[in-house]
Amino acid sequence: MEAVFLTFVFVLTIFLGFELISKVPSTLHTPLMSGSNAISGITMIGALASLKTDNLTFAAILGTLAVIFATINVVGGYAVTNRMLEMFKKKDEGGAK
Amino acid sequence: MSSSALVINFAYIISAALFIFGLKMLSSPATARRGNLLSAVGMLLAIIVTLFVQGLDYKWILLGIVIGSSIGLIAAYKIEMTSMPEMVALFNGFGGISSLLLAWGEYHQHPEMSIFIGIVASLSAFIGGVTFSGSMVAFGKLSEKIPSKAIVFNGQHIINALILFVAILSTIIFAINAPSMYFVFIVIIVVALIFGVTSVIPIGGADMPVVIALLNSYSGLAACAAGFVIGNNILIVAGALVGASGIILTKIMCKAMNRSLANVLFSGFGSSTTQATGDGPQGEIRPASAEDVYYILEAADSVAFVPGYGLAVAQAQHVTRELGDLLEENGTEVMYAIHPVAGRMPGHMNVLLAEANVPYDQLIEMDDINPRMDSVDVCVVIGANDVVNPAAINDESSSIYGMPIIETHRAKTVIVLKRSMNPGFAGIQNALFFAENARMYFGDAKASIQALVAEFKSGG
Repeated sequence: MEAVFLTFVFVLTIFLGFELISKVPSTLHTPLMSGSNAISGITMIGALASLKTDNLTFAAILGTLAVIFATINVVGGYAVTNRMLEMFKKKDEGGAK
Repeated sequence: MSSSALVINFAYIISAALFIFGLKMLSSPATARRGNLLSAVGMLLAIIVTLFVQGLDYKWILLGIVIGSSIGLIAAYKIEMTSMPEMVALFNGFGGISSLLLAWGEYHQHPEMSIFIGIVASLSAFIGGVTFSGSMVAFGKLSEKIPSKAIVFNGQHIINALILFVAILSTIIFAINAPSMYFVFIVIIVVALIFGVTSVIPIGGADMPVVIALLNSYSGLAACAAGFVIGNNILIVAGALVGASGIILTKIMCKAMNRSLANVLFSGFGSSTTQATGDGPQGEIRPASAEDVYYILEAADSVAFVPGYGLAVAQAQHVTRELGDLLEENGTEVMYAIHPVAGRMPGHMNVLLAEANVPYDQLIEMDDINPRMDSVDVCVVIGANDVVNPAAINDESSSIYGMPIIETHRAKTVIVLKRSMNPGFAGIQNALFFAENARMYFGDAKASIQALVAEFKSGG
């Protein structure tokens, strides 16, 4: 039953995603990619929850590596997206000198 | 459900809502930045709440977060805007590998998996692995660390088909009896890593927008599969959003090249096997000097710049904006017409021009500029080729026939900035260069535009 429920969530979200993303103008496609990249760093949540031991086990190494990569994604992704979006200015906001 | 689990899950719902709002606000440049911040807040909330789960080991977590954040921040602030495609490719790869590691770690700790969990665990490892090694190849190509042209080898399709077959077989064997199949799980990981390389290496540089978009989608789907493995809603929601986003971008890119995804992935387009033949349009070209171009631009009422990858290579975005400003002072209407696949990733040109302080209301999409092209006085094509080739409209035998282009040939005058007469990525000569209304202005894009700026400053 759990599997059915999760699949249900998955299918609905895919449709929601299609609706949302098709409204993004092509001007913003690069920030969209880097921003969604940051969102895919959500695996960090899973990686954090898997680190339940303080011994240097193989599982701890795998988990820590997963946390490192996912954190790069989250932090780097949001930061670089913010940096890009900051540059998109309208004319009257001082875009052109 | 315990009360702490309840709190966590409610927090995840809020996070999911924030991700969705964040993406929704990306529909306009005016709200996009706030949208990104909202999305980041959603992520922060999910992370903080997860850290409250009992029995986590903070030593490892702290180590991972410190290392990851430092690398991420340094990369995000050091990167040049022209190198964004490489950066996004790299980040895609990291997303993939973290899903792979997550699935592996989960299996390592809890080998007793149901068939369903076994399948999604192998999927997570496989998609994650393909995303990782595929992204590394894409990164290598984009940063020119490996040749960016399509590398085609004999039996490529057979090898890829064989790899896929092995992957599917291993997944079945693994899922049926997960606890005793550690070896098979490793096979899946290895096969995935190989498949990422063999499937991306035959794709040429100018097709990279499609590949990056596709890998973006994979990284989301891998996160999604990992969410199924650990039974976590937020991973599924966030992963599915990213997966959907990547799929849509892939579709838009393919449409903008009038090619199917299969054609982009398997044809080795632009490789050495696609002959760059000398035939096709021939004729007289009309070279122009900086002075000639200055007089044309000086007299124009409206000018549309059409940037391509050449602009990024020459780092000419700042001088282009400077020229645009001078034209505006001169009373000329200035636009920047951008083809969806110009550059090496979706939206690449827009980011470069935004970096150079071009206001986004001057960035015009292809579908908006074409209807009014007849009234544009001058089009200045900077380092773009195939996306302005009229053969796409009027030459049925052309390999790019049917691809939507920016119809610069319909403007009153076209000035083409180009290093030489070399054909573009598609390996075909461009009829535009021989058109009656075209002037060729040869040289490095940046130096050429600087010369124009100098003409304006001395002349005006």
